[in-house]
Amino acid sequence: MLTASDLRKGLKVQIDGNPYIVTDFEFSKPGKGQALYRTKMRNMISGNQLVKTYRSNDKFEKAELDEKKMQFLYSQGEEFHFMDTENYEQLSLTREQLGENTNYLIDNMEVELMFYDNQPIDVTLPIFVNLEVIKADPWAKGDTSGNDTKPVTVQTGYELQVPPFVEEGDKIQIDTRTGQYVTRVKE
Amino acid sequence: MLDKDGLHLRAAFFHLIRSFFRQQGFLEVDTPLRQPVYIPESNIVPLTSEKEYLQTSPELCMKRLLAAGNSQIFQICPCFRKEEKGRLHLEEFQMLEWYRSGADYHRLMIDCEELLRFLMENLKEQLAKNDINGYQFFSGINLEGEWERLTVVDAFSRYSPINLEQALKEGKFDEILVDYIEPYLGNVYPVFLHDYPVQLGSLAKKKAANPAVAERFELYIKGVELANGFSELTDADEQRMRFVHEIATIKSNTNRDAPMPERFLADLKYLDTAAGIAMGIDRLFMIAMNHRQIAEAVTFSPEDFL
Repeated sequence: MLTASDLRKGLKVQIDGNPYIVTDFEFSKPGKGQALYRTKMRNMISGNQLVKTYRSNDKFEKAELDEKKMQFLYSQGEEFHFMDTENYEQLSLTREQLGENTNYLIDNMEVELMFYDNQPIDVTLPIFVNLEVIKADPWAKGDTSGNDTKPVTVQTGYELQVPPFVEEGDKIQIDTRTGQYVTRVKE
Repeated sequence: MLDKDGLHLRAAFFHLIRSFFRQQGFLEVDTPLRQPVYIPESNIVPLTSEKEYLQTSPELCMKRLLAAGNSQIFQICPCFRKEEKGRLHLEEFQMLEWYRSGADYHRLMIDCEELLRFLMENLKEQLAKNDINGYQFFSGINLEGEWERLTVVDAFSRYSPINLEQALKEGKFDEILVDYIEPYLGNVYPVFLHDYPVQLGSLAKKKAANPAVAERFELYIKGVELANGFSELTDADEQRMRFVHEIATIKSNTNRDAPMPERFLADLKYLDTAAGIAMGIDRLFMIAMNHRQIAEAVTFSPEDFL
């Protein structure tokens, strides 16, 4: 059993027989008042959003999901194809099912596919992924505007803020939990 | 982790808070962080240490010192509250508390006004001594003049979809406070939200003119609760009754035993009129620096250990 204090972004819980993933979470508490756990969740099957405020004593079941290591092959339109590297079986998920995860999926990446009732519903990504920068404005040396970040686009089309020294062609590490830049990597 | 400027800023901030209270004739005190008792408040959970507790606030010891005749005291110390983790919460945080004999909660509101103006006026000069310049403090907030005093009942009728009485009856006070009221408080100048329902101020004195209300207030800037102050309840018998109630609630909610703070209650008999306040100074520093979350305001945040 989980309690409200276990809630965090990415947690998967079971509500009324459906698996939900926590997509947004904020703890708030008036000093002398009750702890409130304001939570946004996505139904992992229907994609419907659920917004709810929980209190300390509320309890949850963990979502019963099976995980299997698979390889991301390629995307075609709205479909993302994966392969089981043991028996070469293939299956696909839609862009909608994958949500923000599509920001980090590159060909041949190893991920954990999640199954509910034997149906694939989502993936768990590695915490850190290395992606190539395909678009970046050059860093104007002597820029004293005080801006300490600039936007770049990585190979998946995802845009994020990075330090100004990052250039086109660099590989950067991104934290998939927050979507934020971690470091530049040399390969 | 704070960078070099951040450390200097925080140090200047702490230094000036101490200067302010010393100039006003307050005595700085220190009390044990770890004690065999804690303040029994059903919504605040202590962390334990062996068989004792890490303080959730220095209130019990501070009031015992006050009862012993120390009429103006202050302290800056760490406090611990279990499972309070979020944008505005850390399980360990720095609290500033000060107490005045012979005063009520109105006097503490004036202290807050004067303290923040003192910080605003002196931070730049203090930092320039270490060659740190170019920072703005409390930007966008007007600290001048008398800040707004807004009663809880008026705040509900102004901002909430249901009135205070109804909110209390339906157990929705905290939810409405957080969702509908707090976001509007203190966006132009600081606001004192005051006169709370008596059941929400376990150590606060009832208002003589209206015993359903406690002489308690919270200071808000930019929607963030920064300080909780009140006229002290000094009737030891009534305090015991309120603690009995809180201890029973703690037991029924969580099955935890909370000890009765007997020595505190014994000393409370010697306490005359007084008022005291607790201010979260990590949050105050966060607001002063215009940070979005408390983790940016402390030297090390939990993330620095991941």
